[in-house]
Amino acid sequence: MPEIKELVTGLADKHGRTRESLLPILQGIITEERFISDDALTEVARELDISAALVYGTATFYSFLDTKPRGKFVIRICRTITCDMKGKKQIINTLEDLLKIRVGETTKDKNFTLLETNCLGWCHKGPAMLINDDVFTELTEDKITEIIRDYMRNI
Amino acid sequence: MPDKKLKRVDIIFNEDCNCNEVLTNSLKKSKDEILKEILDSGLRGRGGAGFPTGLKWKFASQEAEKEKYVVCNADEGEPGTFKDREILTRVPLKVFGGMAICAKVIGAKQGYVYLRGEYQFLKADLEKSLEEFHAVLKDIGFDFQIKITMGAGAYICGEESALFESMEGNRGEPRNKPPYPTVSGFRNKPTVINNVETLVDSFMICRIGSQKFMELGTTDSRGSKLFSISGDTPIAGIYELELGMALEDFVEEFGDGDTKAVQVGGASGFCVPRKKFKETIIGFEGVPTGGSMMLFNSSRSMYNVLKNYVEFFEEESCGQCTPCRVGCQQLKKGIEAIKKGEKSASYLKTLQKLAETMKVSSKCGLGQSVANSFSSIVDNFKEEMIY
Repeated sequence: MPEIKELVTGLADKHGRTRESLLPILQGIITEERFISDDALTEVARELDISAALVYGTATFYSFLDTKPRGKFVIRICRTITCDMKGKKQIINTLEDLLKIRVGETTKDKNFTLLETNCLGWCHKGPAMLINDDVFTELTEDKITEIIRDYMRNI
Repeated sequence: MPDKKLKRVDIIFNEDCNCNEVLTNSLKKSKDEILKEILDSGLRGRGGAGFPTGLKWKFASQEAEKEKYVVCNADEGEPGTFKDREILTRVPLKVFGGMAICAKVIGAKQGYVYLRGEYQFLKADLEKSLEEFHAVLKDIGFDFQIKITMGAGAYICGEESALFESMEGNRGEPRNKPPYPTVSGFRNKPTVINNVETLVDSFMICRIGSQKFMELGTTDSRGSKLFSISGDTPIAGIYELELGMALEDFVEEFGDGDTKAVQVGGASGFCVPRKKFKETIIGFEGVPTGGSMMLFNSSRSMYNVLKNYVEFFEEESCGQCTPCRVGCQQLKKGIEAIKKGEKSASYLKTLQKLAETMKVSSKCGLGQSVANSFSSIVDNFKEEMIY
């Protein structure tokens, strides 16, 4: 809790305390924590002097501002038709096997969350995915295994 | 028959362009001179809606308000579109330059690039280019600054008024129109909001002149356009082509020899089946597109394509107005029920009526355009929806 308070205060100092600062502050929390906890939400409300309901209502509108616990690495697979046609399903199966979780879940060690997302803008190089802010394209089962093993080694 | 054959063009990514020089020379011109050039070129917005760019600038320039804004809409979220990412990666100075020229015309001091959350990885490089750009402006003595603001994974924020709401720290829910952004946009001040590509086109028109731009394309669709080509094609990628070509020529060049349908304009665009390739023109007089071209060959189920689109809309609907929120849910439920045999084939007609109702009663372009793909796919591939 004290760390959250510190983080939110720091972000408010940086981005300001007006309503326009809300999204940058929430995005800053995501960068650090990968999700916005109830504590963080109330802290932001206090810092900007608006109701927690407003903060919650705004955060839950945006799919990248998660309010549910997420892992250190959030994997988002593009689910749009062109990535689907290029074998998105195999990629998801492989990821589910590797991480031993289903889409929407987080690993027990809280390192990985597996999600689907809408068009990532890499349709000519599908299937594509994001891990946090990093992009990976033209995925194959071998490639994805290697990428995830890399991440696992570096945790 | 269309009189234009498929022709590749090199304006947007043209590397012979000395951006700083073009910027300096353009800013030396009077605002009326610039405005005339943009109006004469016939340039229409490249995001998909196709509003005449010069008119938009003119309206904003006529507002008496002192505080005005230029916003670059880089919330590229339409399925099958990826050209803006490429522009921002390769020629960011042209985008910023277009914004500065617009600022000169309308009298703005502050600009914003609203970048979608999925493109966060571009931000650091863009900030670097911005430094260079701001330095050039300082040398010229032109008072204009650009800031980058980040989206957070909401397709609807590509809708201009939703984008302003998002920039102001709110839920990205579209506003009522009118008033239009040129009167009341960001912070309720006069704002010009243009697509990334439109800004580059404006910049390049200032360089090559409206006459050269006008020579390309047709009466209704002047100039060239970037196309994001994906799906069943051996050469997926980004191509700049002259507007007004026949879809048949396009398929001949980019198809895999077995193209069954082309989705023009993404999930909110139209599906054109093989039998209509010949008569279909790509441009504002035919089927308009923000650049998304998805090709499907005969191995693909158009039911899966439609279901994918409807799921997309259901998730991305902001939920503010009932026709769109409930309509998307019911369309999805409906096609699933027909496929499973729980509803008869005639139920498709009811769903199409619903889509038409959404078109006239939804608050913004999202709900209004669901019927485009829904009806064009259902009309042309009815059997695939049922069996």
